[in-house]
Amino acid sequence: MSVARLPTGGQVGRDRTLRFSFDGKSYEGLQGDTLASALLANGVHLVGRSFKYHRPRGIMTAGPEEPSALVTVRRDAARSTPNLRATQVELYDGLCAVSQNRWPSLRFDLGRLTELFSPLLPAGFYYKTFMWPRTAWHQLYEPLIRRMAGLGEAPLLPDPDRYAQQHAHCEVLVVGAGPAGLAAALAASRSGARVILCDERPRFGGSLLCDDRSRIDGLAATEWVTAAIAELAQNPRVRLLPRTTAFGYFPHNHLGLSERITDHLAEPPAGLARERLWQVRAQQVVLATGSIEQPLVFPGNDRPGVMLAGAALRYLKEQAVMPGRRVVIVTICDSAYRVAFEMQAAGARVAAIIDLRPDPSPAQPDGWQQRLRQAGIAVETAARVLRTRGRGHVSAVEIGRLDAAGLPTGQRSIDCDLLLVAGGFVPSVHLFSQSRGKLRYDEALQTYLPGDSAESERSAGACRGLLSGLAAALQDGAAAGAAAANASGCAGEEPRFEIIEDSTAATAGRLPRAEAAVSGPKAFVDFQHDVMLKDLDLAMREGFRSIEHIKRYTTTGMATDQGKTSNVNALHHAARGLGKPVPSVGLTTFRMPYTPITFASFAGQARGEIFDPVRRTPMHGWAVRQGAVFEDVGMWKRARFFPRSGEDMHAAVARECRAVREGCGVFDASTLGKIVVAGPGATAFMDRFYVNDWSKLAVGRCKYGVLLRDDGFVYDDGVVARLAEDRFHVTTTTGGAARVLAMMEDYRQTEWTDLDVWLTSTTEQWAVIAVQGPRARELLAPLVDGLDISAAALPHMAVVHGTLRGMPMMLFRVSFTGELGFEVNVPSDQGAAALDAICEAGKALGLTPYGTETMHVLRAEKGFIIIGQDTDGTVTPDDVGLTWAIGKAKPDFVGKRALARPAMHAPDRKQLVGLLTRDPRVVLEEGAQVVDVPGQAPPMKLIGHVTSSYASATLGRSIALAVVAGGRARIGQTLHVPMPGGEIPVEVCAPVFYDPKGARLNV
Amino acid sequence: MLLIRCPHCGERPEPEFAYGGEAHIARPADPAAVSDDDWAAYLYLRTNAKGVHAERWRHTRGCGRFFNALRDTTTDRFIATYKSGEKRPEGLR
Repeated sequence: MSVARLPTGGQVGRDRTLRFSFDGKSYEGLQGDTLASALLANGVHLVGRSFKYHRPRGIMTAGPEEPSALVTVRRDAARSTPNLRATQVELYDGLCAVSQNRWPSLRFDLGRLTELFSPLLPAGFYYKTFMWPRTAWHQLYEPLIRRMAGLGEAPLLPDPDRYAQQHAHCEVLVVGAGPAGLAAALAASRSGARVILCDERPRFGGSLLCDDRSRIDGLAATEWVTAAIAELAQNPRVRLLPRTTAFGYFPHNHLGLSERITDHLAEPPAGLARERLWQVRAQQVVLATGSIEQPLVFPGNDRPGVMLAGAALRYLKEQAVMPGRRVVIVTICDSAYRVAFEMQAAGARVAAIIDLRPDPSPAQPDGWQQRLRQAGIAVETAARVLRTRGRGHVSAVEIGRLDAAGLPTGQRSIDCDLLLVAGGFVPSVHLFSQSRGKLRYDEALQTYLPGDSAESERSAGACRGLLSGLAAALQDGAAAGAAAANASGCAGEEPRFEIIEDSTAATAGRLPRAEAAVSGPKAFVDFQHDVMLKDLDLAMREGFRSIEHIKRYTTTGMATDQGKTSNVNALHHAARGLGKPVPSVGLTTFRMPYTPITFASFAGQARGEIFDPVRRTPMHGWAVRQGAVFEDVGMWKRARFFPRSGEDMHAAVARECRAVREGCGVFDASTLGKIVVAGPGATAFMDRFYVNDWSKLAVGRCKYGVLLRDDGFVYDDGVVARLAEDRFHVTTTTGGAARVLAMMEDYRQTEWTDLDVWLTSTTEQWAVIAVQGPRARELLAPLVDGLDISAAALPHMAVVHGTLRGMPMMLFRVSFTGELGFEVNVPSDQGAAALDAICEAGKALGLTPYGTETMHVLRAEKGFIIIGQDTDGTVTPDDVGLTWAIGKAKPDFVGKRALARPAMHAPDRKQLVGLLTRDPRVVLEEGAQVVDVPGQAPPMKLIGHVTSSYASATLGRSIALAVVAGGRARIGQTLHVPMPGGEIPVEVCAPVFYDPKGARLNV
Repeated sequence: MLLIRCPHCGERPEPEFAYGGEAHIARPADPAAVSDDDWAAYLYLRTNAKGVHAERWRHTRGCGRFFNALRDTTTDRFIATYKSGEKRPEGLR
């Protein structure tokens, strides 16, 4: 049997031992152990090195508040989880844990040398020390500090496990399954309400699990827990979630729960998710989150062997582990006395209780003094621990009193191998505070308690300050559960419990928290971030007055434990130092998550291929077969170019451009947004919505539409076809489809309710195949089943219905290339077949697939703008030369009034122009700035920027579009584009580089 | 995640909705008759209420309809939701 395991007792399975390793050394534990209890059972107290000074640290607590015992648990190379609290890691056979932040080993850590320099590393040292030279921060200081100060390392391999996510609804969610939570769940479930009960621990019961003296309804406490769980489990409307942390409380009673499903199993079954993220929407919430015992601050309070008194009690009662044989207890409250009695009864020698209170006995139950005498436990009153001694582990404490001047008197040393500290329990108000409930300061408990709720929520038991005794917590939980059920419309009744309470379990009495701290070297407040009392003192000396600022300057409470064992002590010390009452020093914010949650649980299934939805056009497979290189445009995958063997993008695009200009090319334009505007009010709607005049557009004809917002700036564009008197086929930009429809709906539903009009997205109904180039008609004519597509029958900007090899077709004669062009629209499911037919027919004509990059070059040669590339939300139609599109006679359209503002006509507005570099081989950078005076020293006067820039194979030179202040008046001038390699001279020209008259379109 | 009562569909979670800015700002019937300053005010000036705020929401991933809501911006509590075109409910805070 292990050195510290008692031969009997506890709630561990003794029929079988579990083997585990820590830092490579093998140990044995039992079913029911945590890693922490198993290490203690084996006499292992040194488990980690501190964050900043690399001080040896042990196991301080038995729960989620643990600041020091952080370890990495490794299953394999990909399943290595750093920074786990050993106090929460359930032992399984074969568990492999390693310590963190030490080199070369935990016992001999060279990082310990930092402590020699600790006088040089006060609070905020990095704000002061590492400021010069400036460039050294990234290259030298930060990497160095990161290596020296740190936590565990994340695995580098992808996470191979599955993480589930689930939504759930219930009438009553109970958080915490201690006495109050169990009672609440019982009361609520008996009303017929749907109840969810969760607890972060593997077993329900909370403090009842270490209470083998109280009796409830005639049962021992642990038996009562078993009966309560059995009743809840057989109720189909109750869901029990052990190993589940409620980590976040979001608006409208929406709570996030993280369930750990397989981490405690030696061999997780294949296929089972490792964790499950629950999103629970509860009508009513009962918070029964309990309380956390606080440590005391004195020199050397971080030595291994210093432990919270309540934690020792849990190890003793739950795992039958006695963490020390010769025990000293230092306390400011009564809870420690119960621990003393229990430790003594279990065979330890309690050398002394050091109680800060001058006269603790009046509030204590009768008989305690006698019991203490019988047990031979000396009580030192008005006394405190002045410091600890020991190499690696506590071996003695020096106790004494402080005189009026704060100087120690009556010091003496007591040998011990375990120092238990009891700084009083503090209610866990984390979730209550996250819910935006108001906290109020309680003078008696010297801490914050839940005040007014902001949500449909109630706190019950210890978490609302009922710290004295089981009966109060149980009955309070029952009342809260019944009230929550009633508030959710179920008939809840408050059960009554018959309780015989352990008479030593009192925790009441005013706590002298503010007076408790003892200054001196290595008196730690925040154990995880190595913040000492003197750091807080320094912050206050340097003028920090709010706890929020003191926190940020010293980083107290900012570690991964979020100050669960440090915030209260820091707050009281700050209040005392500043001479202010605690509430006026402020309170740091409780943020989610309550304890760290894995990224994987938030990601859930949304990773890899299904990280985000992918939209593919009906002809995607064709593009893949053609060897397309794709680019992401929103969620769409669009073919960017089709390289042939040996071609880079530049060569492929040049070839594709020449093919379209000289023969014919084919392009998948299916992603363009398509909206049908239909109904008796369609024409009026279009007239009000777009700048153009639609009333004169004949059925069967198209027009380039421009859409503004009501602030007068260009928002979207696209070709609009009139399919019937009361029916328009509107196309939008690929990226603008959803927002244009949303804007249309906004005006239709909220402004123009007089119009009888329907809006329907048809983007995904049609596959769109653009066939462009001088030979496009020649290619299509044999395919369209006798339809006359001659220039006379189907002129530029016309649309006709027909069939393509029997497939229903809308054929648009439109061009975004400047060449003779058609856009074949067929139903989506026939897109691939239609394209195959076109490609087959195109073989003889050298039909060339082209992608978005070529489309961009071709349209730039023609000066056609791309919304969002050549415009940026501050561009008027006039700025980009689109005034011609505006229906001048219309009384109103969206944006018209704003265009009348004088600023919209200022001559120095940025206007779209073309730029030609003096050296035709130089291709400007898109986004490069434009200046008119060369040779300026920064800051230069910037007059515009390049919006589009390409190498044009057609023109044999580079071309660029730019927006330049007063640009149209500068045509012919030379401007300059300053770049790191020097200024590039450019000539301003009109923004149409190719076929400015449009002769190639109208053929 | 807020829980929002669409007047047409009932309570639904926030991701189904899109926020639509302040409610009850009607586009002037005759924009040409509005001064530059008034037009700028129509475009840009909002009450930015601390407390009860009348605002537009759209049940984008549901019925698709715009509606109005009274929400307390300090607590995120929805006091009422009502159909587009209806008057702002009075006496609620």
